[in-house]
Amino acid sequence: MSEASPTFLLDGEEVPFAPGQTVIQAALAAGRYVPHLCYHPEFKPHGSCKLCTVKVDGHWMTSCTLPAQAGMKVESNTEEINAKRRLLTQMLFVEGNHFCPSCEKSGNCMLQAVAYDLGMVSAQFDHFFPDRPIDASHPDIVLDFNRCILCELCIRASSEVDGKGVFALSGRGITKHLIVNSESGRLADTDIAVTDKAVDVCPVGVILKKHVGFAQPIGKRRFDAQPISMQALRDAPRPLDRKPHSGA
Amino acid sequence: MSDITARLDSILKRHATARTNLVQILREAQEPEGWIRPEAITQIAKAVKLPRARVEGVAGFYSFLHLQPAGRYRIRFSDNITDRMAGNLPLLERLCSQLWVERGKVSEDGLVSIDTTSCTGMNDQAPALLVNGWAIARLTQGRIDQIAALIRDQVPIENWPVELFAIEDNILRKDVILASTLQPGDAIRVAMSRGRIEATEAAFNQRSWREGLDVADHGQTETIEEIKRSRLRGRGGAGFSTGLKWEACRNARATQRYVVCNADEGEPGTFKDRVLLARYADLVFEGMTVCGYAVGASKGFLYLRGEYRHLLAPLQDVLARRRATGLLGAGVCERPDFAFEIEIHLGAGAYVCGEESALIESLEGKRGIPRNRPPYPVTSGYLKFPTVVNNVETFCAAALIAFNGGDWYARIGTPRSSGTKILSVSGDCARPGLYEYPFGVTVKQVLQDCGAEFTQAVQVSGPSGICIDASEFGRRIAFEDLPTAGAFMVFDESRDMFEVARNFAHFFAHESCGFCTPCRVGTALLRNLMDKLAAGKGSQHDLNQIGELNHLLQSASHCGLGHTACNPILDTVRRFRPAYEQRLVSLVYEPAFDLDGALARARAMTGRDDAGAHLGEVT
Amino acid sequence: MTPNRKLKVATTSLAGCFGCHMSFLDIDERLFPLLERIELDRSPLTDIKHCGKCDIGFIEGGICNAENVHVLREFRKNCRILVAVGACAINGGLPAQRNHLDLGQCLQEVYETEPGLARGGIPNDSELPLPLDKVHPLHEVVKVDYFLPGCPPSADAIWKFLNDLLAGRTPQLGHALMHYD
Repeated sequence: MSEASPTFLLDGEEVPFAPGQTVIQAALAAGRYVPHLCYHPEFKPHGSCKLCTVKVDGHWMTSCTLPAQAGMKVESNTEEINAKRRLLTQMLFVEGNHFCPSCEKSGNCMLQAVAYDLGMVSAQFDHFFPDRPIDASHPDIVLDFNRCILCELCIRASSEVDGKGVFALSGRGITKHLIVNSESGRLADTDIAVTDKAVDVCPVGVILKKHVGFAQPIGKRRFDAQPISMQALRDAPRPLDRKPHSGA
Repeated sequence: MSDITARLDSILKRHATARTNLVQILREAQEPEGWIRPEAITQIAKAVKLPRARVEGVAGFYSFLHLQPAGRYRIRFSDNITDRMAGNLPLLERLCSQLWVERGKVSEDGLVSIDTTSCTGMNDQAPALLVNGWAIARLTQGRIDQIAALIRDQVPIENWPVELFAIEDNILRKDVILASTLQPGDAIRVAMSRGRIEATEAAFNQRSWREGLDVADHGQTETIEEIKRSRLRGRGGAGFSTGLKWEACRNARATQRYVVCNADEGEPGTFKDRVLLARYADLVFEGMTVCGYAVGASKGFLYLRGEYRHLLAPLQDVLARRRATGLLGAGVCERPDFAFEIEIHLGAGAYVCGEESALIESLEGKRGIPRNRPPYPVTSGYLKFPTVVNNVETFCAAALIAFNGGDWYARIGTPRSSGTKILSVSGDCARPGLYEYPFGVTVKQVLQDCGAEFTQAVQVSGPSGICIDASEFGRRIAFEDLPTAGAFMVFDESRDMFEVARNFAHFFAHESCGFCTPCRVGTALLRNLMDKLAAGKGSQHDLNQIGELNHLLQSASHCGLGHTACNPILDTVRRFRPAYEQRLVSLVYEPAFDLDGALARARAMTGRDDAGAHLGEVT
Repeated sequence: MTPNRKLKVATTSLAGCFGCHMSFLDIDERLFPLLERIELDRSPLTDIKHCGKCDIGFIEGGICNAENVHVLREFRKNCRILVAVGACAINGGLPAQRNHLDLGQCLQEVYETEPGLARGGIPNDSELPLPLDKVHPLHEVVKVDYFLPGCPPSADAIWKFLNDLLAGRTPQLGHALMHYD
C-alpha cells in the first residue's frame, strides 16, 4: 500500500483503505476487529446478520456493505453499539437450538466466539425451541439445521465457487430455512462432495464432516486462547482459496 | 401425469422459459391442483436452467404459492384490524363448520382449506375473503352459506355467480385525479410536443450539439422539467421527488431503461390504487408511457398484487385497446423513434414486495428480498438497468402534469406538498371509501366528511405510518406533518388500541422477508410479547423488552419494514399507555406460558388429576 | 464495605446433573475462606429441606417438571438475588433437547412399547412430579438476576463470580473463564 492511502476514522483512529473496499474489509485488513457473522474474507458482502452495524455521522449503517470513503467518521466499539450487537446475538441464540456442550463446532464457532466477546451470559428472550431436522443421509457430511444462522455462505459458495447450487433458502420470515437441491430433500441425493467449498465455509455447526468430530482438544481450538476480537487479521479480505467453477 | 407435464410444458413455452418469469410460471403451474408438486418444481427448474432448490425457494417465499396440498378451494379471510371490527372471525368459524374443516388445515378429502391472510385491500367493504386469489367482499352469513354450498357442490369458480365477485368503488370525494376527463393519448401527445425545435435551430444550439444531446426532441427533458416544476412527490409512502427520480434515470448511462408501476398496495388500510386501476387504468398507463418517453425506456411493468387478481383481465383489455389505437407498441402516437410496451406481473402474497428493490427482485423471478442500497433502482434496477419505480397514483398525477404543466399542479396543496392526495378511509365511519383532497387537509375535516363520530384514534398510512389521538386531529395530511400513502383507518372510543397494535405486530411478523436478524427474529419476538400481554401474563419486564427491541429494529433493520415494525407499538404505548398497563399482572415478571397447561399432556398420559398434577398461581 | 454478618446462600439442582455443584466443590481449599463469609442454607450439601430468607440463591438445572417449579418459586420468593448457574439453568441445556418432541409420544415409547417394561404402564403415582410439555430455562419462569454460563462453569469461574458478587462488583468472567461448554 502506498503512503498516500486514503483513510477514514474508526473509533478515532485512522484506517487506510484501498479503493472499492468496504469499511469492514479495510478495518479487518488493518487488524481492527468489527464483529461479523455473515461476512467471509473470500466472498462479496452480504449484509444480513447486522452484527457489523456501525454508526457513521449519527447514522446506523451496515459496515460490510458500506464503501469506505476518505474522512468518514465511524464509531464501532461503543457501549451503545455493542449493546445492540449483544441483542442481535441473543436473538440468534433463541431463534435456533444452540446447544454448545454437545456441538462439534464448539470452540471454533463464530456465533459462540462473538457471543463470548460481547459478554453474552444469557439469551435474555424466551427460546423458540423450533423443530428443525438433522440430515445425516450423506456418507461424509452431516447437516444439523438447529444451528443455522441463515448467513447464506453455503448457498453462495455452492453456487459461485462449486458451480452446483446445492443449498438454497425457502420460507419467509421466522420460517426461513435452508433446503438442499434434491426432490427428496435429502443431502445424499444432491451432487455435493466433501471437497466442496460449501462444506468448508459454514461459520457455525450446521455443515460438518463426518468421522472428524471433536478432533481438537479443548484448549487448542481457534477461540480458546484468544477471543475473536484479537483475531481480526485472520478475517482480513483475501482471494478465494480455489478456482471458482467456470460458467457457474 | 403426462397431462400435467404437457400442460406445464406449454406454460413454460409461453413464458419463454425465462427465469424472470418464474413467479408467473409458478402461479400458473399451481392452478389445476392448488399446489405445486415436487416433480413440477423439477421440471420447471430444468426448463429455466436453475438448480431446483432455487426454484423451490422462490415458491416457498410467497404466501399464495403452495408446495404442499392446500385444497382445491383455498379460502383466505382478510385479517386486518378493520376486518376484525367488521366481524370476519365469526364468519370464518361459520364457514369452517359448514365445510367440516379446521382453520389452518386442509379438509380430509383435499377439497378446501380456510385461513386468514394479510389485509386484501377491501377495507371499505369488509369483511372480505379470497377464494383461490379471487376477491369476495361484503361478506354476510348469507354469502358465507352461499359460498359453502358452492364449494360443497364443487362448482368451478368460473361458474360461481358473478355478483359474488362484484367490488364497489366507493369514490366519495373527487379532485384533480378522480375528476379527470383526460382522454387516452392526450398527455403523451402534449409531452411529445413540448419544446420541439427544428434541426437548423438545433445546429445553432452549440451546447446540445457538443454534448450530443437529442437536439431534435426536447420533449423528454421538458417533460421532466414540468414534473420537477410541479414538485410532485411519490404517492407510495416514501415521498421522493418524482422529477428528480425521472431525471436521475434518464441521466444514468445505459443501453436500456425500465419503467415500473408499483401496484403492490399491501399497506393495510390502503385501497386507493385498487380503484385507480379499476376505473382509471388509462390514466395510469398514460403516466407510465409519458415516463417511458421522458426517461428513454421502451418497456414498462405493472406489478399487480396477487390480491387484485380480478383486475388482471380488465387491465389486459385496456392495454390491448391502447395497442390497437397506437398508444403502445412500436411508434407510440405515430412517433417512429418511441416504442413502449407494458407487461403485467402478478404478485403472490408478499407485502415486502411493495418495497421497490424487493419488487424488482420479484420481477426478476426471485424471492422478494430488498437489496443492499446504494445503488438505488434509478441507476441499477431491473436486471441492473436504470429503472423508475413509481406508485399508481404518482403515474396518474404525472399524466395530468404532462398535460396541464407543472405550475398548475404546484399551485394545489401546500408549499412543501404539492397536489392532491387520495385517501382510502375505512373503519369506524359512516362512509368508507376514496376521498381525494389537496394536501393540507386536516384530519378533523376528513373525519367529518366520512361521518366518523366519537373517534379515539386514526392510523394514518397504515401500520408503518403513525397512530394519532384526538388531541392531534387538527394536524394536516402533508409530507411536512402527517405523511401518508393513503390509508386512513378510524377507531372510535369502543376500540381497544392495544388490540389494534397487536394486530399490526402479527402483520409485520408474518410479512418479514427474513433476510436480516433484527427484523426476522425481532418481529416474531414483538408479536410473542404482545400475545403474552394479551394473554394476561404481562409485566413491566415485557414493556422494557419491547422498548429495547423497538430501538434495535429502528437502527439495524435492512429495510423500511423492520424500521417501521415497531411504530404501532411505540405510538400506542405513548398515547394509550393505560391500555397496556391494564394488561400488566406483575410489576416484575410473569412467565409467558400457562404452567398448568404445560402439564396437560402429562396429565392425559398418566390419567392423573390430583392436586400434585396441577400448578396454580404464585401465592 | 464488608457486611458484618455472614451472607446466607442457598443452592439447589433442579433438572440438573449436579455437575455445577461438583464444579463448585472443585474450589477445593478455597472453600474455607469462603465459609468465613457465607453460611449455607438449603443446599444438597446441608440437607436443609426448605430455604428461609437468603441473600443469594444459586440454581443449576432447568425447569422440567412441576416440582422444579415449586422449588424455583420458593427460591425466588426467599432469595434476594437469584443466580442461574450452568447451561441447563440458562437455556434448558441437555434436558431441553427433548423440546421438539411430543412428550406424550416419549412417555409412550419409553413406558409402553420398549421391551423390558411390558405391562408397566406410564407411572402415575400422585407423589411423582409430572413433566412439563417443554423444558424451560429459569428466566422463562421467574426473574433471574445473574447468569453464570458453563457446562459446568469451571471452579475458577465460580470462584471469580462469587468473589465479585460478595465484593459488590458486577461479575465479569473475562475471556478465559467464559464458556458455554
